Amino acid sequence: MSLLKEADYGTPASAAEGSVTVEIDGLSTTVRAGSTILRAARESGVDVPKLCATDSLEPFGSCRLCLVEVEGRKGYPASCTTPVEPGMKIRTQTEALAKLRRNVMELYISDHPLDCLTCSANGDCELQDMAGAVGLREVRYGFDGDNHLFEAIDESNPYFTFDPTKCIVCSRCVRACDEVQGTFALTIEGRGFESKVSASMGEAFFDSECVSCGACVQACPTATLMEKSIIDNGQPEHSVLTTCAYCGVGCSFKAEMKGDQVVRMTPYKDGQANHGHSCVKGRFAWGYSTHKERVLDPMIRENIDDPWRKVSWDEAIRYSAKRFRELQEKYGRKSVGGITSSRCTNEEVFIVQKLVRAAFGNNNVDTCARVCHSPTGYGLKQTLGTSAGTQPFDSVMDADVIIVIGANPTEAHPVFASQMKRRLRQGAKLIVLDPRKIGLVRSARIQADYHLPLLPGTNVPMINAFAHVVVSEGLVDEQYVAERCDTEAFAAWKEFILQPENSPEAVGPICGVPAEDIRAAARLYAEAEHGAIYYGLGVTEHSQGSTMVMGMANLAMATGNIGFSGCGVNPLRGQNNVQGSCDMGSFPHELAGYRPVGDDAVRGTFEKIWGVELDPEPGYRIPNMFDAAIAGNYKGMYIQGEDLAQSDPNTKHVEAAFSSMEFIVVQDLFLNETAKFAHVFLPGTSFLEKDGTFINAERRINRVRPVMKPRQGKAEWLITQELAQALGYPMNYDNEAQIMDEVAALTPTFSGVSFRFLDEVGSVQWPCNEDAPMGTPIMHIDNFVRGKGLFIETAYVPTDERTNRKFPLILTTGRILSQYNVGAQTRRTDNVVWYHEDLLEIHPSDAELRGIKDGERVSLSSRKGDITLEARITERVPPGVVYTTFHDPETGANVVTTEYSDWATNCPEYKVTAVQVSPAVHRSDWQQQFEQRAKLQGKILETS
Amino acid sequence: MSATGKVKVFVPRETAAVSMGADQVAAQILALGKRGGRDIELVRNGSWGMSWLEPLVELEIEGERVAYGPVYPEELPALAAADFLSGGDHPLKLGRTADIPWLRDQNRWTFSRCGRIDPLDLEQYRALGGFAGLTKAFELGSAGVIEAVKTSGLRGRGGAGFPTGIKWQTVADAAAEKKYIACNADEGDSGTFSDRILMEGDPFTLIEGMAIAGLAVGSDHGYVYLRSEYPLARTIFSKALSIARENGWLGKNIQGSGIDFDIDLHLGAGSYVCGEETAMLESLEGKAGLIRYKPPLPAIKGLFGKPTVVNNVITLATVPEILARGAEDYAALGTGRSRGTLPFQLAGNIRRGGLVEAPFGLSLRELIEDWGGGTYSGRKIRAVQIGGPLGAYFPEELLDTPLDYEAFAGLGGMIGHGGVVVFDDSVNMARQARFAMEFCAVESCGKCTPCRIGSVRGVEVIDRIIANQNREVNLALLQELCDTMVDGSLCAMGGMTPYPVRSAVKYFPKDFEDQFVVEASEGVNE
Repeated sequence: MSLLKEADYGTPASAAEGSVTVEIDGLSTTVRAGSTILRAARESGVDVPKLCATDSLEPFGSCRLCLVEVEGRKGYPASCTTPVEPGMKIRTQTEALAKLRRNVMELYISDHPLDCLTCSANGDCELQDMAGAVGLREVRYGFDGDNHLFEAIDESNPYFTFDPTKCIVCSRCVRACDEVQGTFALTIEGRGFESKVSASMGEAFFDSECVSCGACVQACPTATLMEKSIIDNGQPEHSVLTTCAYCGVGCSFKAEMKGDQVVRMTPYKDGQANHGHSCVKGRFAWGYSTHKERVLDPMIRENIDDPWRKVSWDEAIRYSAKRFRELQEKYGRKSVGGITSSRCTNEEVFIVQKLVRAAFGNNNVDTCARVCHSPTGYGLKQTLGTSAGTQPFDSVMDADVIIVIGANPTEAHPVFASQMKRRLRQGAKLIVLDPRKIGLVRSARIQADYHLPLLPGTNVPMINAFAHVVVSEGLVDEQYVAERCDTEAFAAWKEFILQPENSPEAVGPICGVPAEDIRAAARLYAEAEHGAIYYGLGVTEHSQGSTMVMGMANLAMATGNIGFSGCGVNPLRGQNNVQGSCDMGSFPHELAGYRPVGDDAVRGTFEKIWGVELDPEPGYRIPNMFDAAIAGNYKGMYIQGEDLAQSDPNTKHVEAAFSSMEFIVVQDLFLNETAKFAHVFLPGTSFLEKDGTFINAERRINRVRPVMKPRQGKAEWLITQELAQALGYPMNYDNEAQIMDEVAALTPTFSGVSFRFLDEVGSVQWPCNEDAPMGTPIMHIDNFVRGKGLFIETAYVPTDERTNRKFPLILTTGRILSQYNVGAQTRRTDNVVWYHEDLLEIHPSDAELRGIKDGERVSLSSRKGDITLEARITERVPPGVVYTTFHDPETGANVVTTEYSDWATNCPEYKVTAVQVSPAVHRSDWQQQFEQRAKLQGKILETS
Repeated sequence: MSATGKVKVFVPRETAAVSMGADQVAAQILALGKRGGRDIELVRNGSWGMSWLEPLVELEIEGERVAYGPVYPEELPALAAADFLSGGDHPLKLGRTADIPWLRDQNRWTFSRCGRIDPLDLEQYRALGGFAGLTKAFELGSAGVIEAVKTSGLRGRGGAGFPTGIKWQTVADAAAEKKYIACNADEGDSGTFSDRILMEGDPFTLIEGMAIAGLAVGSDHGYVYLRSEYPLARTIFSKALSIARENGWLGKNIQGSGIDFDIDLHLGAGSYVCGEETAMLESLEGKAGLIRYKPPLPAIKGLFGKPTVVNNVITLATVPEILARGAEDYAALGTGRSRGTLPFQLAGNIRRGGLVEAPFGLSLRELIEDWGGGTYSGRKIRAVQIGGPLGAYFPEELLDTPLDYEAFAGLGGMIGHGGVVVFDDSVNMARQARFAMEFCAVESCGKCTPCRIGSVRGVEVIDRIIANQNREVNLALLQELCDTMVDGSLCAMGGMTPYPVRSAVKYFPKDFEDQFVVEASEGVNE
């Protein structure tokens, strides 16, 4: 094991075609045309000293260390800014250059502390390396001249410090913030010797617009911007390549280690999803894995009011198996089930669903995709033939017009948002369909061409109106449709979409958007050479979620926007492995690879390998499980890493369901809300302890590698395997790799996948099989997976959740950058400095009408329940719409939401709840009960 | 006051004149006329460039202009008593303006109208040959204009002296939907003011020159980057832009030619380095004025990434006259590869300061002694700095050097923007060398290391030399630092700061030698 250091070629690879041959230090070398001399030299193994250049940033030309001599040219051109030309003769080392570089370095060091031995960057400092490389031996200017050695250190950010005394003003941090992250929070203030890196308007980093993505820290060649974890612990000694466990972008990281202690997570340059970029969660918020609240012992209690009792693994597993079998004997085979976790690896997920099907003997397995992207799976499968997005992230760099619908990438998928913003800064057009003015509508150097602030719940008429414009104005890509789509279905759809009720003029008033804006935006998309749609849960979490997904697929097909780079219909998936958990067969009606459990042939393949007979009947979906529990038919549950009690809608209903059940096993890192109803707690592992794979939103199978042993003593797959064995089902894997081998053997789209293959190639996008041995970045290239693309009529059926005089406002929910879903992890990191509680965004006019002031507590009530929270008055939401997040269990945002759900998949309608808001004096009844229960549970723990 | 009838009086509205009281003088003359029943037609013309005579009041008598100067406000009662409005005799009377030797001996192209006209009188501008160049350009078309500019031998008057025709050709040849003309009016060099005098005195010439440049390279959009320290130039030039627009000399389809061209005026924010072309482009784009590396040249990738002509005010303002009067005639003037005329500016310790437009090739001495009349203090000339704060200091013995780009370059100096600053024998050149480094430290954009840190260390090293600390070692270190700045800097700011420093060391070694001499000369330096 050693420390992984990526090569730095100094400047980005040239995009030009063709090659150029030059002579560097007497040796001939051929490089890509348009390369800089610096890059050409590095590629041919010649190191030219440099400080301000790094290959993640455009050349800058400020440090003047990389100067070279070029035959026939005057002076000493900077190699980082000078492109190679055919036949150029370059010298990188001459006496004159040596002196020049040494003298430049002497100037640097005349204004730099000489504390290398006690510096946090000692051993990982480019300035130190370069001083060595140029042979600096003395500083003739002395150290009593003007300097910056006494400036104050900014420690305001929880994760890194800014020490201006060590700054060499290379601007790499500023450029990283601009070019890589796209936030433009940093600048150089002042000029000349007074030049100083400054966050926003000379503010502390914490108070500035900085989003703590870490790009500046990553880019800094000295100790000026330094992780506090390195300052505290020193430099790492080895690193392990792994994958972030937060959102569905799936960033590759180097876990940098001292023994089994993580000292830093550094984004990996060759990561295909993130290309060396990161966000505040992946880069910094990993401390939860060693948080003191993490449970490390299996625990049992007879009754949920009893104290927890620490037990051995053996006892916990034997006890669980016994109780499940008892329930099945008493209430029937189908009275128990399980939930797989989208936070876990494919291998862990696969064997949980296998346990349910093979050991429980039913199909009562579901996963959290139920409550997020199940309509994506359904809608894209129906129209295109695959339950997944069509494109790799990099495809956005070829898009000319981008539509973002019901997604807030800068908060929820920050690393992809940075890439999208880069493309937008290059000139791509942007259409945002969202009730709120999300960050992409207007931010530094980004301005949406159209923001259509439609009312929550009116996606379908909006997308129909887009399609209406396309068809009625002759913007259909007729050739594409004729060649690639089911023309009969198209003809029927065309007739449907041309109906006057789908026109922008009819739809405008329903959506609250001017018809002319809809028309203009639709034309912009339809006329683009490459039009891409990106969407999130604002599309799926509706009672018409599946309809909307099909509506987007229809629109993309009609305009010929599927099957090549720069276009597509792209779900931004929420959880690190939500794609994988679906792929692994976590749904009650589907086995791995989205094959129906009712299909005898499919079931037969599994039965053969699993050695059991499988139930042909689909099992319960999550909402059915709750309903059945309340009805008394569903009694026991094995829940892997999902906090249903906090994340699912209508909390009181969920709590009633759990209270009706007799036996619940929760496998998790923390005693979460669901664990309050559990009888057995099986401690799980964090991603840092897992060996396996995650699949991101672009179908990319990434390796997750353990950097430490399971802290609670047992790998999670082994827990499941032992539980299966205790249930009497023989499950005998030796390791995780064997589980993936079984997935590959059973799933045609995964047949080429194995740990060994992934270790070799880095990552691969499924389908990966004989037809596509290196995977499939872009889907549906020549044909749709289902054959002909299928247009499906998408009639608008409004939700039954309606506003009225009592509940006149619409509540919609979402999340913020620093927090992740139910907050179980991020609330246990320093990310809490950016978040104290869930806030209710309300438009000034709605606030004034109700006598609500900014920062005051308000009551938020719906037909389902009420909570109180703090009001934030903002024009980010339109009048009539309020918004909150669901990160904090104490707030209980889902007490208010309803269990209305998507007609096809039961994905809950989180995005539309009719509510009233009024000033509040005390916390709601539910919140008071919650507080009491939390205290009670706490007490019980202390006595255990 | 005996005479009656209408009288036309010219009082310049130009910064130097105004600073000497021209506005009060104008007001007082109007009051005088009222009291004396004289109908006065007051013209606020531009300056002829005879700054030492400002405010220069002229009267039009029988079609001839007669000058009085310098007319400070307090001189008016005596002038009134002498009935100057009728051309009465007075010690300040200078006779016919055209006969003043300073003016008579010039060969004016760029400044042919400056001082003569009301800068905002479009009809007068046209009557004196204005827009003849642009009209000619409509006939010649792009290629013809570029050919003429090449023939004229015109080189960049901002300082670098790059052949204008070749630059225009490059931009014309660059394929792009949008191109720009960016006029550099960030006139920051010490002792220079020709851009200002022109923009205050004959702004339509610049507008015309930019339109011609636009036609030549295929650009419909120009920017003028004007330093904020020129408020009067801003007022006059802004007004000139509106007048040109209202009269169809800017905007769509100029005078029915089918050519579109318009100009935006942009103010700088007080940074010297924004006069460097790439920093100026950054600033025009709304960013901090940092230097861009080259290549790519602005001609290929300039403003907003588009091909851009970046030219100085004087370069652009000379083109109309070249087209109107003939490129060959312009090229016939000058010497060597320095063709045509240059508006030199005399400043510093000089008796007669101001602007002299003359063909290249005259000697520095002629300029300083014949036009300038020697030092203001009357003492011996010791040093002359030409080309702004980055120009070399020339000692008295080099004053016979012909004013010619190559001759100056050969001596480690530059003509630059034509500013000449004279010092008498009380100057301490070690202090001047220190000033050069200090100026660089104050004005450095801070992007590249040799300039950002080197200039600060330069000041410190010279201070040690002045303080007689380790003199030899520090003198050697200063030379190495100069090498580092020349060879390592990103732009001319750091790259040329060593020129004045080294010339001071080379030609005035005594000032660096002995503290006693330094102290002694400081005592004289009053």
